[in-house]
Amino acid sequence: MRKSGPDSGRVPFWRDIRVLRVLAQFVFLIAVVALILWAISNYSQRGLIFSYSFLHKEASFDLAEGIEFKPTDTYARAFLVGVVNTIRVAVIGIVLATILGLFTGIARLSRNWLVSKIARVYIEIIRNTPLLVQLFFLYFAVILKLPKLSEAVVLPGPAFLSNRGIVAPWPRLTPVFRLWWPFLLLALVAAVVLIIIRRRTRARLGRPGIGAVWVLACLILIPLAGWLIVPGNPLWLDVPELIQKAGGVFKVEGGVILSSEFTALLVGLVIYTGAYIAEVVRAGLQSVAKGQTEAARAQGFTNGQIVRLIVLPQALRVIIPPLISQYLNLTKNSSLAIAIGFLDLYAVSQTMLNQSGRVVEVFFMIMGSYLAISLTISLIMNIVNKRMQIVER
Amino acid sequence: MTDPFDMEMPPRVEIGVLGWLKNNLFSPWYNALLTVVSLAFVIFVVRAILRWAFFSARWEVVTTNLKVFMIGRYPAAEAWRVIASLAIVVVLAGLSWAFRKAKDRPIRRWLVLAWIVSFPVIGILLRGFGEDNPFMPRVSAEVWSGLLLTLVLAIVGIAASFPIGVLMALGRRSRLPVIKILCTIYIETIRGVPLISVLFMSQLMLPLFLPPHIRLATVMRALVGITLFSAAYTAENVRGGMAAVPRGQYEAAQAVGLNKALMMILIVLPQALRNVIPAIVGQFTALFKDTTLVVIVGLLELLGIGKAVTGQRQFIGLHQEVYFFVAVLFFICCFLMSYGSRRLEKALGVGER
Repeated sequence: MRKSGPDSGRVPFWRDIRVLRVLAQFVFLIAVVALILWAISNYSQRGLIFSYSFLHKEASFDLAEGIEFKPTDTYARAFLVGVVNTIRVAVIGIVLATILGLFTGIARLSRNWLVSKIARVYIEIIRNTPLLVQLFFLYFAVILKLPKLSEAVVLPGPAFLSNRGIVAPWPRLTPVFRLWWPFLLLALVAAVVLIIIRRRTRARLGRPGIGAVWVLACLILIPLAGWLIVPGNPLWLDVPELIQKAGGVFKVEGGVILSSEFTALLVGLVIYTGAYIAEVVRAGLQSVAKGQTEAARAQGFTNGQIVRLIVLPQALRVIIPPLISQYLNLTKNSSLAIAIGFLDLYAVSQTMLNQSGRVVEVFFMIMGSYLAISLTISLIMNIVNKRMQIVER
Repeated sequence: MTDPFDMEMPPRVEIGVLGWLKNNLFSPWYNALLTVVSLAFVIFVVRAILRWAFFSARWEVVTTNLKVFMIGRYPAAEAWRVIASLAIVVVLAGLSWAFRKAKDRPIRRWLVLAWIVSFPVIGILLRGFGEDNPFMPRVSAEVWSGLLLTLVLAIVGIAASFPIGVLMALGRRSRLPVIKILCTIYIETIRGVPLISVLFMSQLMLPLFLPPHIRLATVMRALVGITLFSAAYTAENVRGGMAAVPRGQYEAAQAVGLNKALMMILIVLPQALRNVIPAIVGQFTALFKDTTLVVIVGLLELLGIGKAVTGQRQFIGLHQEVYFFVAVLFFICCFLMSYGSRRLEKALGVGER
């Protein structure tokens, strides 16, 4: 690179690196803008306009899944139903997949030969077949092949398993809950205060003054006391019941209903992502040098302490970044819902598109929503990641 | 904790089958319990699968439709062209394997050339010439289906995305802010959304933004979507490979007076791309699995053909057999590819420096 100085004036401008740089960027920018303008002109030549006014119009289609929706509601509301359904399946899926992945990852490293082999077979089968094939299999070949509702498999609870999905008992709020929730809040505040005090004493004395048991006791005992003080029950268990209506039609009343589509999608995503998370967990645990465990044992740490204080803090540092991308993958993969008829954000958008014909508008809504959800997840997980890094050093 | 005096005892020898069993399956009591429970689980699952596979499954749905799974609606009279294409690939792969360690430069160069030429040759072979050409009549891309379509989508997708991905990676590492920002926006946007939404764009939106006289077949539009999607991931892989090239290489290249472009082409990219090969194979495996998504936009690749087969009147409702077969096919392909990728990683010695 040429230094600026007395002789830099002699360089002709077409060989001056500073000019060339600006020029290159300028040309690139013009090319991109020209491409976009050309595309837009083609678009408007077809007599198409770009407008979101259709969002306020009546949707006139029905959505069977998610928050309340009737055909007279607007397109905007329909889209919201889809977004909520996507978030619901993603959040529940992330929690369950993490649990499954954690157990499988540990099982993969188990000294028990059989357990480790079972985990390996599961991981290899799942990772080497496409998710969509798994979803098709789960939905068409397993769940839709379950008995009809009238002959539903009754699981303890009682929960009813049929080709229409799962109906399970679910706690619901009663009017008395108004009086009870302050106790829940109190318990939470007390627990947080105790944790902060524990931290401070540990920082000061090197050992926590109050046992962790007290935090747990706080969380259990205060709500329990509240339950006894408040008149009546703040919660009741909504137990489903199989009823034969007039004409021999069977129906389940009460309980929480997981539709067959939701069940297939959720189970499929959890099994699929769980296998990937298991590999992430395994890699993380293996990344901790063996000497760390041995050194800790030599210093007289118990097995529990070794895992909690030595292995996990170091393993988590390795685990969390790839874990974030697995969470993002799960969220993005939930868009496969459309193939089995679950009304997630993508499937609802497709219906909106068929009704309104607004391709470009709907496309930007889809992209925007997924980007927003992805960004939110990475934001949350990056905060967690940062905390882990600080704790570790 | 162990009693220090225990050290005086001679170590117990645990060898042989019994020793292995004791060590690996039954050593503390809870391990024995775990073994028994998992053994029961394995026996239960394997028995159920075997029973289903040998007694209740109706495999005739797969055996009668085997050709449909492979080439779908490709005209039966022209099937030899698919077989010929496959033969070309197999022969080239065999030659490449045979000469993989050859020091003979010309042979390897010819092989690379042959691979490059094989792409258009296979393309012409599959597509044919004019409508009424007596030798190779036109087989429109619209009727390509089955495993053939899956392979075409995955291979063309990865091959076409590679140059774009390399350019994007260079762009993202560029010191020119405008280029860097635009490339970063592209890569991060694509990586932040699901493949199905990119396919949506290429299927429904792309035709609206092209001049009316350009008409792309559904397969071509799907290929555009897959390529654009895959390019973003290739770019990130290549960028990783470039980051792994030691700084000294850049500095040495500058010291001998190479300019930026020559430094990239002669010094950095050859090393970066070598680093990237296993990652690209992994990406190809992922893409191979992801091609199933085109079933959502109405193409009949392997899974789509499976779905169509379950709708045949005489085989209605045989979802288990069909999807099991499709899953096994995918498993075999992907398992071999990931095995190959691991071998390749070892052979290239990536991450061993």
